[in-house]
Amino acid sequence: MAESDLANAKLPDQEDYAIEMLNITKKFPGIIANDNITLQLKRGEIHALLGENGAGKSTLMSVLFGLYQPEEGIIKKDGKVVQVRNPNDATALHIGMVHQHFKLVECFTVLDNIILGVETTKMGVLQKAETRKKVMALSEKYGLRIDPDAKIEDISVGMQQRVEILKMLYRDNEILIFDEPTAVLTPQEIDELMEIMRNFKAEGKSILFISHKLSEIMAVSDRCTVLRKGKYIGTVNTCDTTVEELSSMMVGRSVQMKVEKEDAKPTDVVLEVEGVTVPSKIHKNNAVQNVSFKVRRGEIVCLAGIEGNGQTQFIHALTGLDSVSSGKITMCGQDITHASIRKRSELGMSHIPEDRHKHGLILDFSLEQNLVLQRFRDPEFQKAGFINFGAVRKYAEKLIDKFDIRSGQGPITTARAMSGGNQQKAIVAREIDKGPELLVAVQPTRGLDVGAIEYIHKQIVAERDRGVAVLLVSLELDEVMDLPDRILVMYEGEIVGEFDPKQVTVEELGLYMAGAKRMEVAE
Amino acid sequence: MSRLKSNPGFISILASLASIVIGLLFGFILLLVLNAKNAPAGMANMLTNGIKDMGNVLYNAIPLIMVGLSVAFAFKVGCFNIGASGQYTMGAVFALFCALKWQLPWYVCLLAAILGGAVWGMFPGLFKSLFNVNEVITSIMMNWIGMNVSVLWVSNFSQMLAPNPDRTMALDAGNPSAILPKAGLDSLYSYLNIGIIIAVIVAVIMWVIIAKTTFGYELRACGLNKNGAIYAGINAKRNVVLSMVIAGALAGLGGGLYYLTGGGQFKLEKEILPMGFNGISVALLANSHPIGCIFSAIFISYLKLGGIAMQSQGYATEATDIVTAVIIYLAAFSLLLRLTIIKFFGKEKKEVAKQ
Repeated sequence: MAESDLANAKLPDQEDYAIEMLNITKKFPGIIANDNITLQLKRGEIHALLGENGAGKSTLMSVLFGLYQPEEGIIKKDGKVVQVRNPNDATALHIGMVHQHFKLVECFTVLDNIILGVETTKMGVLQKAETRKKVMALSEKYGLRIDPDAKIEDISVGMQQRVEILKMLYRDNEILIFDEPTAVLTPQEIDELMEIMRNFKAEGKSILFISHKLSEIMAVSDRCTVLRKGKYIGTVNTCDTTVEELSSMMVGRSVQMKVEKEDAKPTDVVLEVEGVTVPSKIHKNNAVQNVSFKVRRGEIVCLAGIEGNGQTQFIHALTGLDSVSSGKITMCGQDITHASIRKRSELGMSHIPEDRHKHGLILDFSLEQNLVLQRFRDPEFQKAGFINFGAVRKYAEKLIDKFDIRSGQGPITTARAMSGGNQQKAIVAREIDKGPELLVAVQPTRGLDVGAIEYIHKQIVAERDRGVAVLLVSLELDEVMDLPDRILVMYEGEIVGEFDPKQVTVEELGLYMAGAKRMEVAE
Repeated sequence: MSRLKSNPGFISILASLASIVIGLLFGFILLLVLNAKNAPAGMANMLTNGIKDMGNVLYNAIPLIMVGLSVAFAFKVGCFNIGASGQYTMGAVFALFCALKWQLPWYVCLLAAILGGAVWGMFPGLFKSLFNVNEVITSIMMNWIGMNVSVLWVSNFSQMLAPNPDRTMALDAGNPSAILPKAGLDSLYSYLNIGIIIAVIVAVIMWVIIAKTTFGYELRACGLNKNGAIYAGINAKRNVVLSMVIAGALAGLGGGLYYLTGGGQFKLEKEILPMGFNGISVALLANSHPIGCIFSAIFISYLKLGGIAMQSQGYATEATDIVTAVIIYLAAFSLLLRLTIIKFFGKEKKEVAKQ
């Protein structure tokens, strides 16, 4: 396919390409991240770049953005060969990027972040009034609502992303790269973002949209280039393809899009939460208010809701990262309200945390060290305080094999050097292999691709069938409808509804999540 | 060779060596600026003096190894122990008090030194883990408190003072049993004693703790990602206190080892001992590796003695201090050089592959 596409480019009625990346090869120790990849972005199109985690999407974009130098291949802008040695070169070529993990200065205001690096000054003095006018005009024009004087650390993830987009617009960028932009957004924010992208396209800007969410690619993009394991698979017109075709191109086989599971057969109660209240750290009210529910062996209970309605605080209290102000948590008959994290872990609580970089991994530790993060004290891995490195290595190799964790150098790879999906797989492997009684999975598939999601869902269902009680927290509606056996909706720190996913509609659920309806939950 | 080139330990050592060379070059330029005529001879004095006087180099390296270990160990848990000076002072005074007031033998005095340093390290650790107070601030304050306490304490016990009451009594007069055994090492240099052996053994023990034990694993996890460590059920608060206590104990032991010799008289000066800050250079140069601390301490001790020898070529004490400081300062750039070396090797590999 690569050849035919290249041939197309040479036809007399030559396409108007804004950016061409031809035959790019980029190697890292032990891995070829990009193997002869060609990507051509037409002017005024939304071009999706699709691939699993570790397929080489981010590497390719880093090459375009000047963060990496490719071993082979050339980059053309408007048909002319250009050198992109660093991000400054990219900026000079009017290439802008919204990274998956935002690059914002947390303690600066929104306005300061937008102008950072391209400040307008007069005799060395910042001309903020002027820049504010320009920023607000852009904000208005594209419907990017921001509060220019709020600090980044105080605003929502959605607004942070709008700040990143405004940063690109403020620099008059024509080529806009969005790296997994929807991974952190709520459904409403995703719709807004799509609309904004269409506006950009109408203005003649060219957009590269990196994603692995097929429905979004189908909805918004014109063409789609697919990568798999560092190789170029093909470029297709979105209107001529189907979700099934794209997913099989991406994964290399056909994928089960729906979770397959038997009906749950819940037995005895594993987790009982009674009247748990957690004070908020930001405002005077409680972040979690009088929450009570039970999770039984062999069922998946999902705590659904829009981000910021107390799920995070509740999970922190449940797993021991934070303390409760009142209420009682009982696990397997033991009161663990005030137990230490280690005690909870020993009692059989596994926790797949929401933030894999902050909590889930020690990024500068190797993969094998991360895989024994809670278990290095087990007699299996130590003797009289001395770590048994041989046993750790063997265990890591077993998990890597069993859970198909891919990395450059196997057990000794630094966790930081692994792709997001494989980092998540490592955490899931570690938490499941502990043989838990209760599995707390917070957004276990956040930012992952179809193949990995399917895999993790299967693992969670397998754990349920093994008799584990599963508490799932998810913001993804597909996941909320598909995976659990019971849904609890959380709104402003309270549980406002309980549903059977087989009987409730997405619309109905949405009303409860938005706080428009509530029911008395009988437990 | 190619395997060596990707070995991080090898790259660290190479970076440290390269930065030392750059530091020496800079030092030489400085000598040229100060007095061009004598610069070659001055540099030669500096570089060769230590060889003639290896015993003295080792003797002065003893406390440097200990304070270097102290800083390096705290650094592994993400703490910056700038209070090694106070801990070192308290170690010295605890040891001397046991030696001169209570007439105890050297091994008990060393235990007292460890205790004194540990107590002084404990406070910054406690403040950090209980009240989230930055350890840099508290340990600087503990330096001043330690200095004043030591002067006040010693001057209150006249039996500890030498005939000239600005310093403590020499141990050969006050309590010979408190002097560290020499074990034949005095043939190298009259003050050299088993302190150097103790320091090396302690460094090895620290390396084993950090690299091989579950405790070291916990400490490193806390240092690299505190939230991640807490999530994994590691008691981060306890580890911060514990590592500051251990760091303090190491510096305190350094004070004990240095002053429990015949000549080590503790001067009652209202000045913070610079030894603790030398520990920061030692740890930086060693990239916080305990074994590396042995070598970087010997190197710095070597330079300091060389600096003194430079004075015979007409350089003022201040000038030689500046030269040694510049060399140490540049030597601490080894981290930066590491990246350059890795890049250099990467390029070389590529060229080989092309051929």
